[in-house]
Amino acid sequence: MSTTVAEAPSSAADIDLEGEPPEPSTSPAGSGPRGLVSLVVTPIVLIASAVLLATYVGGADKDSAETSALDWDTKLFPQLKEHLTLTLWSTVLVILIAIPLGIVLTRPILRRGGPESRKILGLVNPVVLSFANIGQALPAYGLFILFLGWLGQGENTSIIALALFALLPVLLNTMVGLDQVDESVIEAGRGMGMSKLRVLTRIELPLAVPVILAGVRTALVINVGMATLAFFIGGGGLGITINSGLKLSRDLITVTGATMAALVALTVDWIAAVVERFLRPKGI
Amino acid sequence: MTDPMPHTGSPETDDMLDDVSIEDDLRPTDPDTPEPMIQLDGVSKTYPGSDIPAVDALTLDVPKGEILILVGPSGCGKSTTLRLINRMIEPTGGRIIFDGRDVTRVNADELRRHIGYVIQQIGLFPHRTIAENVGTVPKMLGWDKAKISARVDELLEVTGLDPSIFRDRYPKELSGGQAQRVGVARALGADPPVLLMDEPFGAIDPITRDRLQNEFLRLQDELQKTIVFVTHDIDEAIKMGDRIAILRDRSQVAQLDTPQRILSLPIDDFVADFIGSGAALKGLNFERVRDLDLADYPVARSDIGHAKAVEMLREAHQRWLLLLDEQERPLRWLNEPALDRTDRPITETGLPVTATVEPNATLHDTLEAMLNSSTGCAIVTDERGRYQGVVEIEVLNAAITRMRHEARDHYEELGLDHSSAPPHVSAPSGNGR
Repeated sequence: MSTTVAEAPSSAADIDLEGEPPEPSTSPAGSGPRGLVSLVVTPIVLIASAVLLATYVGGADKDSAETSALDWDTKLFPQLKEHLTLTLWSTVLVILIAIPLGIVLTRPILRRGGPESRKILGLVNPVVLSFANIGQALPAYGLFILFLGWLGQGENTSIIALALFALLPVLLNTMVGLDQVDESVIEAGRGMGMSKLRVLTRIELPLAVPVILAGVRTALVINVGMATLAFFIGGGGLGITINSGLKLSRDLITVTGATMAALVALTVDWIAAVVERFLRPKGI
Repeated sequence: MTDPMPHTGSPETDDMLDDVSIEDDLRPTDPDTPEPMIQLDGVSKTYPGSDIPAVDALTLDVPKGEILILVGPSGCGKSTTLRLINRMIEPTGGRIIFDGRDVTRVNADELRRHIGYVIQQIGLFPHRTIAENVGTVPKMLGWDKAKISARVDELLEVTGLDPSIFRDRYPKELSGGQAQRVGVARALGADPPVLLMDEPFGAIDPITRDRLQNEFLRLQDELQKTIVFVTHDIDEAIKMGDRIAILRDRSQVAQLDTPQRILSLPIDDFVADFIGSGAALKGLNFERVRDLDLADYPVARSDIGHAKAVEMLREAHQRWLLLLDEQERPLRWLNEPALDRTDRPITETGLPVTATVEPNATLHDTLEAMLNSSTGCAIVTDERGRYQGVVEIEVLNAAITRMRHEARDHYEELGLDHSSAPPHVSAPSGNGR
């Protein structure tokens, strides 16, 4: 669990800040000249790769199976749409569950309350966290199968399974993000007559935004990757193309499907980085 | 408020929300003292699961416009006491009265908007500009934008920060000293009558701290806020406090008085130990040269002859004769061996005058001058440099003794059992504990 805490925020940072001196105040999401360059260069590279792939696939010598499997209008485009839908809704679900849960779990009453409440509520954190941990520790394949048995096949089952899988990074980052807010800042806010709710919404959450967003970004990338397995339980997505490539032993199909999934992951990560850059409060 | 003794009264358990008549008992007996702004009436705090109270039935008055220092060793409950006043910690017993109004049960958030609060770590909001930080409380109170903006500029100016430079900066762009100024400006946001300060200058380097302390005292001269100030540094307490409450375990008041009287007459061994060595030396900061009875000293004009000077010296039974010029400004120190050398003009013999002080200098400065003087005496001159008299070590001794007597008389007047004070209260400063 602890490794995930450290990993989640920094995995986002690695993308933009590789080689930069570790400056605590520098935002991971492309602040500073180098981050800005990567924000601008990434989409160019992505578009170039997409064009390259399209040209290569379009110009390649294809047999009938390949032509059918790589048809844009009937196969690739609907699968791409499904893939994005799965990613988007599962991430929305993750945000709706994990952020409020993270907020509740970091409230002082759960943390250090009185000795009476500590006995009961002190158990809440470990229980919730181990549950979220199970989501990530289980093999993705097994998780899909478990949900298949429970909820039947289809897109919704896939979304829920994906959400559980990506719950942990967002939950942990929300808790870490709120935890790392300087105690004295909260003390000062309360001391000036801000209510607890006001301190949460005006002080704690804005200050936790960068870390929470890093978790959301991690969740998005995990979901794009895991959504390639959703076809197992009838969830659709680019996994269909990859799978048919493997089954038909047609490398062109497999590579196309896999490359498209990778491009989606990188694009989603780039969009998240842009969002992070604009949502990050100034001054931190 | 003039009671320096530990309070032994039982905690006030009655719930007298509307009964204000009890306040009469709490008002100071001294008619010169202004009305109390803050009254703690048997305030206690016992944490759940603990049998020993952190603050035990503390009764304390802070008159309007006073800086009251709470000082004591670590863990004595001084910070807890401060946080009880604005109910950051809810008291488990007793009453808190602001300006005659019982606030023990009013809405705590609402109450705190009218009490300035400064903490050692400052706690500026890092994601908000300096202007937004300073305008926090006015914004919560619903002031309009123009009024907040004007108030922010005013506050930045009085705390010594140029609004045009600092308004739009973020806290991370400030030095420690600047951040603490912003902290004070923010606490003054909506012009609260009361300021609570928890070791506000504790984390700042000594040079900046000294400057901030001086600036703060100057600001306080103008603002006349009622301030409760927590520190563990007795020197800061002596410098900043109108009165000092020395606290021992469970926030029990060991002694509550002016810095001068505490230094002159520590009430018991605990206080004496806490003040530490050098109490007499620190006490010298509170007396000024103009209040001293200056010693008679042989002086002569520069036109005096050698022979006459020697004769004067012998008559006065002094080692030194002070030579003045035509405008009565001190010129040279003369002694017999110097005067025997008649081959040199009298204005070039003896020792030069080095240590002069003005009448409003503190005795501390005077002692410093005496230590640097070649003759062990400090010469007092008026603002034009004319000779007024000489301070010798005996004069300082007499002053310290007089301060001690005054303090003792003061306590006797209060009808205190004098045996509670050590018979020779000079001991802690004298025998180098």
